[in-house]
Amino acid sequence: MLWLGVAYLGALAALLVTALWTQNDFTGQVERIWTLENFQTLLGVEVYRTITLRTIGVAAAVTVIDALLAFPVALFMAKAASPRLQRVMVIAVLTPLWASYLVKAYAWRVVFATGGPLDELGHLFGLGTPGYGLPATIVTLAYLWLPYMVLPLYAGLERVPDSLFEASADLGAGVGLTLRRVVAPMLFPSFVAGSIFTFSLSMGDYIAVKIVGGTTQMLGNVVYDNSGAANNLPFAAAVATVPIVLMLVYLTVVRRTGALEQL
Amino acid sequence: MKLSRRARFLLGLATAVVLAVVYAPLALVLLNSFNADKTFGWPPTGFTLEWWRMAGESEGARDALLTSLEVAALATVLALVLGTLAAMGLRHTRFFGRNVVSLLVILPIALPGIVTGIALQNAFGTMLGVQLSLFTLVVAHATFCIVTVFNNVQARFQRLGGSLEQASMDLGAGPWTTFRLVTLPMLRSALLAGALLSFGLSFDEIVVTTFTAPDTVQTLPIWIFGNLFRPNQAPVVNVVAAVLVVLSVVPIYLAQKLSGDTAGAAAGAR
Repeated sequence: MLWLGVAYLGALAALLVTALWTQNDFTGQVERIWTLENFQTLLGVEVYRTITLRTIGVAAAVTVIDALLAFPVALFMAKAASPRLQRVMVIAVLTPLWASYLVKAYAWRVVFATGGPLDELGHLFGLGTPGYGLPATIVTLAYLWLPYMVLPLYAGLERVPDSLFEASADLGAGVGLTLRRVVAPMLFPSFVAGSIFTFSLSMGDYIAVKIVGGTTQMLGNVVYDNSGAANNLPFAAAVATVPIVLMLVYLTVVRRTGALEQL
Repeated sequence: MKLSRRARFLLGLATAVVLAVVYAPLALVLLNSFNADKTFGWPPTGFTLEWWRMAGESEGARDALLTSLEVAALATVLALVLGTLAAMGLRHTRFFGRNVVSLLVILPIALPGIVTGIALQNAFGTMLGVQLSLFTLVVAHATFCIVTVFNNVQARFQRLGGSLEQASMDLGAGPWTTFRLVTLPMLRSALLAGALLSFGLSFDEIVVTTFTAPDTVQTLPIWIFGNLFRPNQAPVVNVVAAVLVVLSVVPIYLAQKLSGDTAGAAAGAR
């Protein structure tokens, strides 16, 4: 706990402080002069605004796609599968989590490659592969974080008692109406719990973006490029505060739903 | 739930499709490691074991693998000790609100890895003036591994309470004997689960590693990433990827042996 408190929070605080410093263009050294310049650049320059909005858009798209894909799987696991099949399916969903992150991103690079499987499949319909870019990035990220959405939804659905479904059906509601009016409100905290992962992980990603994103830039790339090649650590720190602030706002908002207890 | 036969069938179909999409890319990697075509054209033109032989002789990959194992082992040990101590220290104290603690534990999981990475790099480099080394890398990995150990141990404490240890003390055992003979066996499977998760997380970690490792220390993910964009190395990278896909079954198998509650623990991996 001390470690977490001191090392982690200390490092975060130091990061915020660094964001307020400046860099000597000549020597590339960090100079301890207080300035808001980095945040002015971040907010004022068009490119960074676009990248920030794009990042939020991608993270939101990934979250929605994951929720749509995860829901039928979770519902099947929780309410339609036999106990034995349930156990097998939990393992089936968990196994890809242990497969290396890089390997999965790499696998999608192969899928999207020119002359790859998707390209061949597309030719049947007179299309090619969409190639590396924003769509490939969203698909890959949605793929990477899918289990993080399936598992909370599954746990949430397990807790919805069967009698509620029967009561709803007895009162004349069809399956669709029951899902919308009874299950959806009860499942919302689980969705939020899953979305914390899908949203946050997508927002900070820069590796998958580099592998399948072509020239697409996300916030993570800006942080990485500035801390590495450009060597402007204060600016990178300022950019990194964007996901921190967004996540803190998000966590505060969702605290009321009780989602945090489900993590 | 009373689902109609049709609804059941449609759900099952949707699930099967999603799972197929989940496993197809992984299967493709395995298949391509035997693909004779060097650029992995589809469909495969022939079968070859040449890539596997090349990968076996690749020194870069072997060194990176050893480094990864070393870092993961060190970080896991550090996380086990500190995570357990933290959970034990917090067990009886209520000096600050539970909410603060729960938020603090969630933070390293909820914030993107790049934030953790750059924050630590900044702390090491700009603030403390420590040169990046294997040591800083292990410390960085331990920081997020502690969370998994802490969560597992704390959940175990909450479930079992402290009556066993009180009984041990009443029977005249000192704190150390109690810890060794009562607390530790009580925590055994929680610690194993935490260690498994920590090891897996550290072994696979690339983002934080990029920021806190010196150029001379290459873990396996860094090696893969570095060679990913070199057409010449593509077949070797693919074989390494295939090996990692196959190896990912091992922790799942171990987790299953460790009984049911581990599956739940694995869910909260990050």
